[in-house]
Amino acid sequence: MRSAERPHVVIRGVSKRFQVGDGEVEALARIDATIERGAFVCLIGASGCGKSTLLRVVAGFEEPTAGEVLVEGKPVTAPGSDRGMVFQDYALFPWMTVRQNIGFGPRQRQLPRKEVEDIADEFVKLVGLERAANRYPSQLSGGMKQRVAIARVLANNANILLMDEPFGALDALTREQLQRELLQIWARTRVTIVFVTHSVEEAALLADRVLVMSAGPGRIESDIRIDLPRPRDVSSPEFNAVRRELAQRLTSHMAPARASEAVV
Amino acid sequence: MSEQVTALPEATPQSVPEAPSAARRRRRLAEKVRAVALGVGFPLVLILLWDRAVAITGTRLVPSPREVAVMMYDFSFGGVYDDAFSATILTHIWKSMTRVYGGFFLAALIGIPLGLMIGRIRLLRQLLDPTINLLRPIPVTAWLPLSMIFFGLGPNAAIFLVFLGAFYPILLNTIFGVRSVDVRLFEAAAMLGCSGSAMFRQIVFPASLPSIFNGLRIAQGFAWILIVVGEMTGVPTGLGSVIMDGRTLSRTDLVVTGMIIIGVCGFVTDRIIVVISNRVLQWSPQHHA
Repeated sequence: MRSAERPHVVIRGVSKRFQVGDGEVEALARIDATIERGAFVCLIGASGCGKSTLLRVVAGFEEPTAGEVLVEGKPVTAPGSDRGMVFQDYALFPWMTVRQNIGFGPRQRQLPRKEVEDIADEFVKLVGLERAANRYPSQLSGGMKQRVAIARVLANNANILLMDEPFGALDALTREQLQRELLQIWARTRVTIVFVTHSVEEAALLADRVLVMSAGPGRIESDIRIDLPRPRDVSSPEFNAVRRELAQRLTSHMAPARASEAVV
Repeated sequence: MSEQVTALPEATPQSVPEAPSAARRRRRLAEKVRAVALGVGFPLVLILLWDRAVAITGTRLVPSPREVAVMMYDFSFGGVYDDAFSATILTHIWKSMTRVYGGFFLAALIGIPLGLMIGRIRLLRQLLDPTINLLRPIPVTAWLPLSMIFFGLGPNAAIFLVFLGAFYPILLNTIFGVRSVDVRLFEAAAMLGCSGSAMFRQIVFPASLPSIFNGLRIAQGFAWILIVVGEMTGVPTGLGSVIMDGRTLSRTDLVVTGMIIIGVCGFVTDRIIVVISNRVLQWSPQHHA
C-alpha cells in the first residue's frame, strides 16, 4: 500500500487564536510538522506554549484558525475513532465498569454483543486489569484509570494515540510503571503516539522524536531525534546527554518567550 | 508484562473493598440502631410536647395526640365513630396516589427529556429558558381557576396541578445535571464514535442521573404538597379532600389525621426513590443518601 510511505499525520500551517475577554490570544502560530507512521513523538514545552491545543486540533476537538491537519492524507474536521485521545484527567465514563468503558467504542460500531465482549476482554487483559474489570472508575487508582483510558482508545482501533500529559497526575512509581507499559503496548501495536509532556526526563525516556515548543505564540522551535536503543538506561551517560540537550533547548526557548509573554 | 502487572501496588487485594469483618459489621449495626433511635426519637418527643401543650392550655381547638390516634384508628378500621370517614383510609390514599403519581410521572416523562435537550442544545435553551423562568414563579395555586376551566371539576385538574408543581424541579435539575457534566466526557464519547441520539442515551442521560434523582426527590415532595390544593377542585375522595372536609366540619382530629397520612406517604415515596437512586447510582460514591 502506498499509505505506508505517506506520513501518518501532516500538520500544515496550523494557527489557533482564542477569544479571551475583549482580546485575542494566539495559541499557535503557523505550525508545520509531519509525523511518521509508528513514531513516538513527544511535544514538550512550558505551560501555555500551546502543546495541548495542538494535540486537541489533531484530535478534532478544536478547529484551527488557519491551516489544516491531514491524517492519512485526509483533512481532520471532527473527532474520529482513528485518533484516540488519552486525557490527563482520564475522562472515563463513571457509570460504566472498566469492561464497559473499554467496550464503549466497539459498541458504537454496532458489533454483535459477543464480539464487543471479546474485544473488551482482550484489551482489559492487555492493560492487566482482569481483576478490576467489573469495578467502577471511582474504585480505581489513578494508574488503573489511565490504563483503562489507554485500553479504551486501543479497543476502538485507534492507530494514533494522542496523550495529553497522561501521567502528570500520577505518583513517581506508578508513572514509571505506566511509561514501561506504554512502551510495551507501542512496541506490540505499532500505533503512532503523540505525547504531550512538560517533563524532559519523560520525553527522553519515551520518544524517538521530540518537538520542543515555545510560548507566546506557540511555535515548534526544535525537532530532535533520539536514537538511543531501547529499553533506555536512564543512568547511562548517553541518556544524560539527551536529557541535558532537551533541557537546554527548552530553557533557551523559554527565556525570550517569558520576556514577551503577555497572557496565558 | 503480565507478571509485572499483577505485581502492581494498586492490584493488591488491600485496595479492593473487602468483605467486612465481624467486628466491623457489629459496629455498623450499632451505628444503624443509633441512627434509627435518633430519627424515631425526635418525632416521639414532638408528640409528647404536643400532648403536654394541649393539656396545659386546655384548648378545645387543637386535638390531643390521643384524639388523633383514635381518629386514625377509626379512619383505618372503623368501629369508633362509624361515620362517612370510618374505614375509608385505603380509598382516599389510593385516589390521592393515582393523582400524585399521575402528575409526578407525567412531569418526569416530559421534564427529563426536555431538560436533557435544553441542557445540551443551545438553540433550545435560548428559545425556552426565558419563558420557563417567567412561568416558574407563578404559584401553582394561581393556576387553580384556569385548571378547573381547562379540565373541569375532577381528578384531571388535580393531576394537572401536581404536574405543574413537580415539573419545574425535575426540569431544572435535569438541565443543571446536563450543564455540569464534564465536557471531556462528551469529547471522549465523540472520539469513540458516539453521536446524535446515541449521545443522549448513552452519555447525557446517565451522566445527569445524580442531578435528575435530586430533582425527582424534590418533585415528589411538591407533588404531595399540592395534592391538597389539587383536591380542592371538587373531588369527593382523596386525602386532600378529607382535609378540606375536616376543615368544613371543624374536625381538627380529621385534619391532623390527613396531614399525618400525607406525611407518611411522602416519606415512603421518598424512601422508594432513594432506594432506586442508590441502586442506579452505585457508581457514584457521593450520591448515596
